[in-house]
Amino acid sequence: MDKIGIYAVPFVIMFIVVFGAVRKVDLFESFREGAKDGIGSLISIAPSLIGLVLAVNMLDASGFFEIICSLLSPACNAVGIPQEVLPLGLIRPVSGSGSYAVLSSILEKYGPDSLIGKTASVMAGSTETTFYAIAVYYGAAGIRKTRYTVPAAIAADLCGMIMAILTVRCL
Amino acid sequence: MLGYIWLFMIMASVVCAFITGKMDNLAAAVTEGADKGVKLIISMAGVMCLWTGIMKIAEKSGLTKIIARILSPVLSRIMPDYSPDSKAIQAVSANITANILGLGNAATPLGITAMKEMQKANRLGDKPNDSMIMFVVINTASVQLIPASAAALRQAAGSADPYVILPYVWITSLCALLIGITAALLCSRLGERRNQNG
Repeated sequence: MDKIGIYAVPFVIMFIVVFGAVRKVDLFESFREGAKDGIGSLISIAPSLIGLVLAVNMLDASGFFEIICSLLSPACNAVGIPQEVLPLGLIRPVSGSGSYAVLSSILEKYGPDSLIGKTASVMAGSTETTFYAIAVYYGAAGIRKTRYTVPAAIAADLCGMIMAILTVRCL
Repeated sequence: MLGYIWLFMIMASVVCAFITGKMDNLAAAVTEGADKGVKLIISMAGVMCLWTGIMKIAEKSGLTKIIARILSPVLSRIMPDYSPDSKAIQAVSANITANILGLGNAATPLGITAMKEMQKANRLGDKPNDSMIMFVVINTASVQLIPASAAALRQAAGSADPYVILPYVWITSLCALLIGITAALLCSRLGERRNQNG
């Protein structure tokens, strides 16, 4: 299973570059333009990321996560959720930069290639900032009521979190 | 919203440190934390720019248009309020393609356009119709080919292989997508039944 990720990346890059060459795209100029966009979006999230990394770091040093984890561990153990990834699950639907900050603290503490590190990475990679998306999209269209949007979206998020745990553990 | 979360985080950390007697740890964490944020951004930059650069080539080569064209008939089946060649479905499939390819900058404006187009033909006023809800739910499942920011964070944390997570992410987000779509369809049926009975 682990080999797939390793093969996928070079092949995706090659496919896109060759496809671009066939379609006569100015390859390097486009790459430069895209990379510039990347720098731009990193700079635009930098202030909030710094603020949130600071807050997560403070929470971590204060022993907050240990208290929360030990409070929730009976429930987590009962359903088989590793308690270390809980803080990520809590912040993921609300804040993108916040979940980057939490994921980075989990990776630093338990190691990116540990079971917990991999589970947390998959969780972050396969879920969205649900409430933010709902607010932005409905806000733009003038939608005030959400009907069953929140329960359906939360069902998808929960499934993402559970599947992240299961796939990393079982495959 | 984020303001309240931030306030909570800072207050909780001070209260916890007071209770657990870790005030000196907390004081160190304040200075260290701001520093870490900057380092994190710098160490993520390489991987992030690699993918935004590569995906820009995909966009310019017309690959995104091809994928969007394949997606639109499928999407209009689960968003039956709009026909496959309507402006709304065009914008929806452009948004979802941008998400799959990780073109975050392009995806949000396209999503907003899609939602505005859908709202034009929405007969429920300030309530979203079933198709609009379906669109939001699909967006929250976050199906993407390369989870670039997670990979960038793994790289920043010194992972031996930041991309091992790819197949797990694909399976996980596809399952989340299926469950989200199922949940939305179920809720919509339940709502209809309630309306008929009422």
